[in-house]
Amino acid sequence: MTAEAAPAVGHRPAQNAWSGVLFGMGLIAFVDEVVFHQLLHWHHFYDRGTSDLGLVSDGLFHAFSWFATVAALFLLADLRRRRALRLRRWAGGVLTGVGAFQLYDGLVQHKLLGLHQIRYVDDLLPYDLAWNISAALLLVVGVVILIATRRPRP
Amino acid sequence: MTEHAHGGVPIDAVLVLVAVVAVAGYLGGVRSSRARGRPWPRHRAVLWVVGIAAACASVAGPLAHAAHDDFVAHMATHLLAGMLAPLLLVLAAPVTLALRTLDVVPARRLSRLLGSFPARLVAHPVTAAVLSAGGLWVIYSTPLFSWMQASPLVHLTVHAHLLAAGFLFTAAFVGVDPRPHRMPRAWLAAILVLSTASHSILAKHLYGHPPTGVPDAAARAGAEFMYYGGGAVEAAIMVLFCARWYRAAGRRMAAAPA
Repeated sequence: MTAEAAPAVGHRPAQNAWSGVLFGMGLIAFVDEVVFHQLLHWHHFYDRGTSDLGLVSDGLFHAFSWFATVAALFLLADLRRRRALRLRRWAGGVLTGVGAFQLYDGLVQHKLLGLHQIRYVDDLLPYDLAWNISAALLLVVGVVILIATRRPRP
Repeated sequence: MTEHAHGGVPIDAVLVLVAVVAVAGYLGGVRSSRARGRPWPRHRAVLWVVGIAAACASVAGPLAHAAHDDFVAHMATHLLAGMLAPLLLVLAAPVTLALRTLDVVPARRLSRLLGSFPARLVAHPVTAAVLSAGGLWVIYSTPLFSWMQASPLVHLTVHAHLLAAGFLFTAAFVGVDPRPHRMPRAWLAAILVLSTASHSILAKHLYGHPPTGVPDAAARAGAEFMYYGGGAVEAAIMVLFCARWYRAAGRRMAAAPA
């Protein structure tokens, strides 16, 4: 999958992490679409207050998350093929990807660019706090796992 | 709009005839290849027939007629002409079939034509992406959309552009035919993501800014169709693209000494 693909069976720590991060970003974008847009109808497809920059950011992330999901799964298949998959490191990557994407969505897209709100209610603060604090926690846990799994266990 | 008669012959009949000729030409090539002892995969022939049928349905028949008044049907014809038909036709590898079955002289001419500067320019991934994604922005942000609705000729020209640009775009990423450009895959991936983004940005833009003469509710339904329908075809292109990348890496692994 990677351009510089080394032929030998190896540990490939970077590929394990990136496959996880990309999968996490794709996964949370998918959850966002299915749960918040389609099932709960909390999020809106389009908001009159959306800025042009907000639309561009939304479009880029939509496209990127599609590609990230597909690429992550092929990277995962490549790791299995090379017998280099380390599930703990991969899972750390997933949490990092989920947390980073949620935090970007919650802080930059919802608040700064005004794409749409989490839910169209009067008191938004509890929603914003729950969203961003959970995102930050996931991100921290993910990064800690990534650091802890830098070296393969002997 | 396709009801207009041209010299007494309905346009629909002419378009169906063109489609029949395209299918007959391809199947003739398959027969000729078989006759020379080089079998041609059956699934590619099926892809070609379905692809031509999809392109034809975007300009002739019930869906094309409905597209005049119904914005969702209009979007469906664009999806067929600009995305689905191109994907199917690209996977049918018509250029490879032509090079294999044409006589030496025309085959050389075709090969020289494909290698010429103008052909290389329009087939370049960046040019193809701009022609394909940019063309859509031109339709909806200029009076072109109204002209299309008023004139069958403009309508057909736009659809021909969508099909051709869609073909070049798809071929640049998942083409089976020989390509003049060998861009690093990471760059191709970035162009693919950017053009997918352009498509979804335009869809959401149309949701909030309906084209002239389209009622709000219809524009919203059409925009959502464009967003999700286009997303499905783009996802298919991404899967094929990554699968090729994965296989190429596998071949390098197998080729390298252990």
